Amino acid sequence: MKLAFTTLGENLDSPLDPSFGRARNFLVYDVQTQAFEIISNKQNLDAAQGAGIQSAQLIAKAGVHALITGHCGPKAFRVLDAAGIKVFNTDASTVKEALARYCAGTLSEAKAANVEGHWA
Amino acid sequence: MILAVASGKGGTGKTSISVNLAKVLGVPVQLLDCDVEEPNAHLFLRGSLIGEEEISISVPEIDAAACNACDECVDFCQFNALASFCSTPLVFPELCHGCGGCTLVCTRNAIREKDFRIGVVRTFVDENITLKSGCLDVGVSLASALVHSVKARLEEGITAILDAPPGTACPAVATLRGVDYVLLVTEPTPFGLHDLKLAVDTVRELRLPFGVVINRVGIGDERVHRYCAQEHIPVLLEIPDDRRIAEAYSRGQLIVEALPEYRAHFERLWQAITHEAGKGTTP
Repeated sequence: MKLAFTTLGENLDSPLDPSFGRARNFLVYDVQTQAFEIISNKQNLDAAQGAGIQSAQLIAKAGVHALITGHCGPKAFRVLDAAGIKVFNTDASTVKEALARYCAGTLSEAKAANVEGHWA
Repeated sequence: MILAVASGKGGTGKTSISVNLAKVLGVPVQLLDCDVEEPNAHLFLRGSLIGEEEISISVPEIDAAACNACDECVDFCQFNALASFCSTPLVFPELCHGCGGCTLVCTRNAIREKDFRIGVVRTFVDENITLKSGCLDVGVSLASALVHSVKARLEEGITAILDAPPGTACPAVATLRGVDYVLLVTEPTPFGLHDLKLAVDTVRELRLPFGVVINRVGIGDERVHRYCAQEHIPVLLEIPDDRRIAEAYSRGQLIVEALPEYRAHFERLWQAITHEAGKGTTP
């Protein structure tokens, strides 16, 4: 099973990025192998609109099962929901801390977006 | 003659100039409120609403049975209005610009277009003025598309005054394109000057003849006047900072009706506009 974390850096000690759509990078962590890869979100960071939608597509195509991030807007949530990706919101400061909370079962699954959309 | 009344800075008096100018013309005139995100020209007219048209763009609707999830439409869309993950794409109509490209690139004819409402165009009539007022729906971001719809209702051969949205972004450019003359309304403040320069750059890029109206003269400083002189930009009217104008505005009254002594100023402004427009050169 793969987990996606939004991050400002490139390893488990990096800060968790509170934004989803315009997150700097995604750290995709494989729970079985404990290996991870970094997916750059540079293209969506600069998108004029629809960054959340594109980011959701990007992690869906990476085969992710769950997303752990600070905030997720309504359009991104719709794509994630359609792709069957569970969303967990957290205020953890690093990826490692967010992973620990997920593994400890202290994060609850979001049933809706936790922030408003930016345009519509 | 198609005149656009524009500005860089908001709140300089575009609508005041537009409605008062329309009133003093005396002949039939079309007034187009192209500030579709906050139309207000109708507040200054005493006529009645005679019609309202719904404006829509065409957005895609995908037939899941025909779609083979090839993602051609998703890759084509530059507005991120389609999303997929090896599935039938999801459509986000509020991000769609109605270009129709997805329908064209679909190899399976799986995309049909359906209407998505973006706003209305209302028609008001007050004596010599026919006002077409665009009003964008709340939550919709396609201001330029609605500006085009308002302008599509221009009747040829009748003088038109277009009240432009503030700024120099797409909705303002959509308003300015194709007009005969642009009036840039500013105020003699540092902020007014800064945004006037942006507006001048824009109309020069569009190669349109233009002149300036300086409103609330008496506040601020001399820099707007100096800038216009240096750049050889004609100043066609100066309106003093007169508290009575603000009071009339706050009551929804026209300056030329509440303060008839200003009537001649607007009549001379129109003469200056037609004279300058006749030269056809961009200052």
